[in-house]
Amino acid sequence: MLNNIYNIFFIPEIFLACSSFICLLFGLFLKKNAFRQTSNLAVFVLLLTILLVYYDSESNFANYKSLFSHSSFINFFKILALLGSIASIIISKDYFLGIKLKNFEIPVLFLFSTLGMMLMIASNNLMSMYLAIELQSLSLYVAAAIKRDSISSAESGVKYFILGALSSGILLYGFSLIYGFTGSINFNEISFYLSKYDNLNLGLIFGLVFVMVGLAFKVSAVPFHMWTPDVYEGAPNSITGFFAIVPKIAAVALIYRFCLVPFENFYLEWSQIILFLSIASMFLGAIAAIAQSNIKRLLAYSSIGHIGYILIALVAANDDGIKAASIYMFSYMIMNVAIFAILLSLKVKNEYLINISDLKGLSKSNPIVSLSISIIMLSMAGIPPFIGFFGKFYVFIAAIEQELYVLSVLGVLASVISAFYYLRIIKIMYFDESISEGIINFQISFQSKIILSLSLFVIICFIFYPSLLINISASLTI
Amino acid sequence: MIDWPLVSVIIFLPLIGALIILFIKEDELTSINIKWAALLATLGTFILSLILWLQFDYSNPSYQYEEKFRWFDDFNFFYHVGVDGISLFMILLSTFLTPLCILASWNNIKKRVKEYMLSFLFLETVMIGMFTSIDILLFYIFFEAVLIPMYLIIGIWGGNRRIYASFKFFLYTLLGSVLMLIAIIVMYRNTSSMSIEFLQGNYFSYNTQLFLWLAFFASFAVKIPMWPFHTWLPDAHVEAPTAGSVILAGVLLKMGGYGFIRFSLGMLPEATEFFIPLIMTLSIVAIVYTSLVALAQTDIKKLIAYSSVAHMGIVTIGIFLVNQQGLEGAMMQMISHGLVSAALFLCVGVIYDRMHTREIEFYGGLVQRMPLYATVFMIFMLGSVGLPGTSGFIGEFLVIVGAFKFSSYVVIGAAFGIILSAVYMLYLYKRIIFGTITNNKLADILDINTREKIILIPLAISVILLGIFPNLFLDPMRLSLEMIITNYEIANAK
Repeated sequence: MLNNIYNIFFIPEIFLACSSFICLLFGLFLKKNAFRQTSNLAVFVLLLTILLVYYDSESNFANYKSLFSHSSFINFFKILALLGSIASIIISKDYFLGIKLKNFEIPVLFLFSTLGMMLMIASNNLMSMYLAIELQSLSLYVAAAIKRDSISSAESGVKYFILGALSSGILLYGFSLIYGFTGSINFNEISFYLSKYDNLNLGLIFGLVFVMVGLAFKVSAVPFHMWTPDVYEGAPNSITGFFAIVPKIAAVALIYRFCLVPFENFYLEWSQIILFLSIASMFLGAIAAIAQSNIKRLLAYSSIGHIGYILIALVAANDDGIKAASIYMFSYMIMNVAIFAILLSLKVKNEYLINISDLKGLSKSNPIVSLSISIIMLSMAGIPPFIGFFGKFYVFIAAIEQELYVLSVLGVLASVISAFYYLRIIKIMYFDESISEGIINFQISFQSKIILSLSLFVIICFIFYPSLLINISASLTI
Repeated sequence: MIDWPLVSVIIFLPLIGALIILFIKEDELTSINIKWAALLATLGTFILSLILWLQFDYSNPSYQYEEKFRWFDDFNFFYHVGVDGISLFMILLSTFLTPLCILASWNNIKKRVKEYMLSFLFLETVMIGMFTSIDILLFYIFFEAVLIPMYLIIGIWGGNRRIYASFKFFLYTLLGSVLMLIAIIVMYRNTSSMSIEFLQGNYFSYNTQLFLWLAFFASFAVKIPMWPFHTWLPDAHVEAPTAGSVILAGVLLKMGGYGFIRFSLGMLPEATEFFIPLIMTLSIVAIVYTSLVALAQTDIKKLIAYSSVAHMGIVTIGIFLVNQQGLEGAMMQMISHGLVSAALFLCVGVIYDRMHTREIEFYGGLVQRMPLYATVFMIFMLGSVGLPGTSGFIGEFLVIVGAFKFSSYVVIGAAFGIILSAVYMLYLYKRIIFGTITNNKLADILDINTREKIILIPLAISVILLGIFPNLFLDPMRLSLEMIITNYEIANAK
């Protein structure tokens, strides 16, 4: 019994929760450099949590079986989310110091949000799922509005909160319907109960649709994407970076688990919804991004487009689909880490970069930086030989395995449209003549440089040794 | 034979050169080092690729110099490269033209020399990689990666409308090739293999073949380009710098023809049989229509660009005749067009460097001031027209001989196109070279210098060599082509 109590502290989520409180107190009692120290501690805590997740054995989680589940898929996405938040804390540190936003609460909020995401990914129960989503979202609402004296930051926080609360309400309503008609909130029990029936009754279909709407909001799939560009634009850049990199990972894992565990036998019912979300996201992401002049809005639409591709793999709903989703999510995270590491270090006339047209002439003044941006853009567009191509390639393999030919063709067409705006960034950097030189300066801290180099290395060199990631993702079970 | 990985060395030598250049700091003084490094890397690649030809086993129809490594653990994707009779000369063409391109841009590329050379070296790697891959996924990766350096070459160093042209080039060809990606995955799903060698055994049902064929057609027809998918080509050619046009016309267009032979004929024989009338119609329209359009051009580069479409029409006719003469003719026409059109673009580059205009009206009477230039230009012009004794003749002759077995209407169309090609080329030559100098600005134009001689004379020699000793080139490819034809006939006899 005593032995068990000690073991409890080695459950990654409990460890992270306790450490987050320690971080909060740590920051509170520090007089100087509170932000910097708390960030470092947060990174350290997250690193330890990765180790714990990696060595986590099922027995530790046994007590929470009805609330949380345990599988290789869950662990993979947990590690992905943790890596993402480590990277985004490190790359945003200098930015926060640069704009004099030194609240030590920020890394703590990131920690709590990451904790929420880990619980989201692992949740095996409607109730724990809802609570985890709320923990994650509430931290992010505050983070979006953290720059208190800025109107746009406050606006983005409030907008995010109102729409997020609305979607949570819809989600909860869906849960209540599902509970009402199946009599259970446990994923496995719902699945067991539903396996007795050939088709869903009307109440359950309503419940399913409501939950799908809520989840689509969380992954920002079209038509529930409206908040994304506004929140991305309004929030401070580094918070935007966190939004782009991490919560998507958890939300995608959650939507996968929700579709494939309790409703695994009702593929036809939910796949229609996901199919529509996927096509709409790909095309809206591709077309709406063309007209953007703000780099953050552009990346918002680009992330909407990426979600569309990940949902293709969900429609495929086979082992290849799970593999494709994990490879795609990995590449998505790496590419976003790399692009935000650059954006958070680029200053134009002493302001952080916002307008795409300010990149003009970057290839002259900072050839290495512009080359890196080009590589990331080509990778996002899915042009081989970079990692982004392999993400898309595996998605299409999964789709064709399921004979989704029309969806795959639509997917590649959308990828051609989206190539246009990625190429536009390269065009601005390389083809346009700069009016005056030396306005852009690129200052990057040593730690961000390591993160940037590592992620670029992965983007470029994935092709030489793909088996490492692919073997891991091939072994994942939901 | 050779016990070291010759093909991989040829593929990656330019890339190694590029890595070295990456670490040379660029300024006024060192840009010459960058150029020399690029030239040496490409020359080295060319010399190594000559070994491929010398050591080539003429009696072996399938792949030689094979190298195969497991690349993906979960699927049957291999790093699998090799050379056969069909790809041998495509590789040689790429390795031959790239050093000439580097030389051609020696003086006229002044900004961003480093990026320019990097783009060309990367381009050479992907071109050779594409022609040598035996794994379709590898093929596809190289096929698409070609877009990146070409996009930069047109967009950074191109003319006034370079941005429009580069976007059109990139998106147009990307649209074609993504459909090919879907087709490749469908093929993999049906056979669990990505090997080009294996897939040539005809494994697909008739209906699947039709869809696969259309998907491949979308990508190769844009690349080669066939009418009506050719509209990106004149823009890209006109706006690209000279060396860019050379590679575009010399090698990239051949990717389409190469793809048709390997994929459409080799893997989808029954669908090919079904679509032959379509191809023939489009090709004849292309030959006649683009020849007439070429006749009306006022820009020299645009005229040559349209003539490329017409010549490629002959190539597609030759390929889809699916007989020995037709295929050999198509291959010869591709090699010949690779040399001749590249040389013509270089010739345009010579006068463009001096006068900075490509308007035909601006010139006239160049023979008075540039006799040597007039001579080499004439060789290439006649090569393009298809005069016996030049390379162009062999290809066109073989295709027409092959076409007689198929239909005399096709022969009439092709022959009409050849006559028209003589009309527009001779008319162009007359307007630029002959007569007296009317434009005062041309009064002190200089004849070609040593560097330009070094570029143009090897090309002139090879054009004539190809015309006089065609067997030198036909023998290595004969058995490989025969194998494709035999497979095709067996599949359609069923």
